[in-house]
Amino acid sequence: MSRPRLVDTAKSGLSLAPELLVRMHDLMVKARVLEERLIQMYKQGDGYFWIGGPGEEAFNVPLGLLIKKGRGIEYDYLHFHYRQSATFLAMGEEPIGALRQMKNTATDPYSGGRNFAGHFSKAEWNLTPVTSPIEVQYATAIGTGLAQKRHGGDAITIVTGGDAGTAEGDFASCLVWASRPGNELPILMIVTHNKWGISTASSTQQGARSIAARGEAFGIRNKVIDGNDPEVSYRELKEAMDYVRTERRPFLLEASVSRLYGHSSASGANFVKSEPDCIPLFEERLEAAGIMTRKEMDAVRERWTAEIAAMARQVREEPLPAPEDIWNYIYWERK
Amino acid sequence: MANMAQAIRMALHYGEEHLGVTDVFGEDVGPPLGGVFTCTQGLKTAWNSPLDERGIIGAAMGLAMAGQRPVAEIQFADYIYNTIDLLKLAGNTCWATNGDWHLPMVVMTPVGAGIRGSIYHSHSFDAMMSHIPGWKIVMPSTPLDAYGLLISAVQEENPVMYLPPKALMRVRGEELIPGEPADPRELSKAIDAPLGDRSKWKPNWPKLEYYAVPIGKAKIVRPGDAMTVVAWGRTVPMCVEAAKVLEAEGVSVEVIDLRTIWPYDWELLKASISKTGKVLYVNEDTEVTNFGEHLVRRTVDELFFQLLAAPKLVAGKFVPGIGLSDPLERASVPQVDDIAAAMRALAAEQP
Repeated sequence: MSRPRLVDTAKSGLSLAPELLVRMHDLMVKARVLEERLIQMYKQGDGYFWIGGPGEEAFNVPLGLLIKKGRGIEYDYLHFHYRQSATFLAMGEEPIGALRQMKNTATDPYSGGRNFAGHFSKAEWNLTPVTSPIEVQYATAIGTGLAQKRHGGDAITIVTGGDAGTAEGDFASCLVWASRPGNELPILMIVTHNKWGISTASSTQQGARSIAARGEAFGIRNKVIDGNDPEVSYRELKEAMDYVRTERRPFLLEASVSRLYGHSSASGANFVKSEPDCIPLFEERLEAAGIMTRKEMDAVRERWTAEIAAMARQVREEPLPAPEDIWNYIYWERK
Repeated sequence: MANMAQAIRMALHYGEEHLGVTDVFGEDVGPPLGGVFTCTQGLKTAWNSPLDERGIIGAAMGLAMAGQRPVAEIQFADYIYNTIDLLKLAGNTCWATNGDWHLPMVVMTPVGAGIRGSIYHSHSFDAMMSHIPGWKIVMPSTPLDAYGLLISAVQEENPVMYLPPKALMRVRGEELIPGEPADPRELSKAIDAPLGDRSKWKPNWPKLEYYAVPIGKAKIVRPGDAMTVVAWGRTVPMCVEAAKVLEAEGVSVEVIDLRTIWPYDWELLKASISKTGKVLYVNEDTEVTNFGEHLVRRTVDELFFQLLAAPKLVAGKFVPGIGLSDPLERASVPQVDDIAAAMRALAAEQP
């Protein structure tokens, strides 16, 4: 992967280091293959419900790569929503956990078979529990932001939601609390805008010039970016994060993304051809720049397809939780 | 003797000095006011939040996730309803993540009628709260218990809902809080913020001592043998008063203060009901799907053959609010006369 190549940046417009581009491509494909496997598991009866983030990889992978990962106040606190498997994989998470959660096995590392697909949790990396209500993460983000503001350092709170959820009051709460005069919070507020809330077009429900523009009234720096471009995403995320890390003030970043398999399995989870797909778009540029060949890119997909299929077969054999497990962890127990 | 507001303040002071409390916050909780009931005056970790209950509960959850020990206040329980899915989330966080996360946080919110608070300053919240698993729910009826339960609450690893009854906030206790000066005037001078400009005021805290009331332990506040009366919050002193009336009529009533709504002290209740054979549950929340109904059900399930009469419940009327006018409020929540009448009727029942 690291052998020197002749990069034709003029033709492709690519400017990040080739190693990084190749790494991002690998993670984007890995995340897509994982989501497609999850969908297949749902369709084959190996799960009750699918929801996830195919179409958001070009944004979510750079996000995961830029996170300061660890446990406790010296590290970034993450308040994600349920379309961020690509972020989680880019942080170094093994894909098998998502498969276990899909199959609701006792080995599901995020919820022990209790929660939907894509509802990750990992205290070891400050990843707070992903929940089905699409707004509450903007409320809990306030608290980790407060703690980090008081603590100092460069760790920040990162909260992500979709465009539809910004209609909820918790989004406004986060804007208000993050911008209290003299006590601004180091929160990177992210909205991945896929233009839909299940079946409802955001253009019929939201009259703001942009979601990012709502930050202006609060003095919150903000930007709308093309989240389907991994280079743009990487650069803009880095700039926004650097600002939040050093200035200890909030930033509101709105990224346009696609929703390539609909809202969830409830709407069929079939491929949507009418929206841009970040992976072939990126691959065209990688190929044009001479960074990767078609053959190499195909090999990446084949490798992840085989590996993740093997994991899915393994997960199928794993035990489900026991009925008496419902009584575990109602309250905190020392593990 | 301290009143309940002073007791809460002293417990929070003890908590921030010795038990790691990092934040006491909510609307008007910090200076200059120190809480609409004065519960948070002079505390070094107290601060004012935006007028945003969902932000307050969310902030408490996030602070707990980040290793802090927050105590968040919702100014009146009537205003906690728009946070209910966050309360549900706080209650399910440990369970939903199979123990990956847990939330050491306290939410306190004054409850109940008795201050002529009309429709939006009179709600109870114990029955509603008891429908949200994953929390511990406590409700003091004396300043000493208010102190001891809060000391326990701020040391919990789980979310605790702390429900002080508004009508008891200004009632002085009969027992000294360990470390509290015996003279209430001396205490007031030391820890009550002055009227007017408070910008230079600092409390002179007494040397308080550790005193914890364990969560999950009820208390017999008046022993008796003809019937058991289980109450919580504001109705506890009312039940004691009614028991005195019944004593004059020759009926010996055992009054138990439940103190913890969940997880509650069934062992103490069971022992008392097994002894007396009769039980009356009393509280001021609305009577339909009232927590007392659960206790009636459990009593029937587990103690049926030891009962001398059907278990009874006296609770608030199932009406949409507490009307402001005196006759409306009195008709809506149990009064001493109502409780005494229920005791009398239960005493008269023969198997």
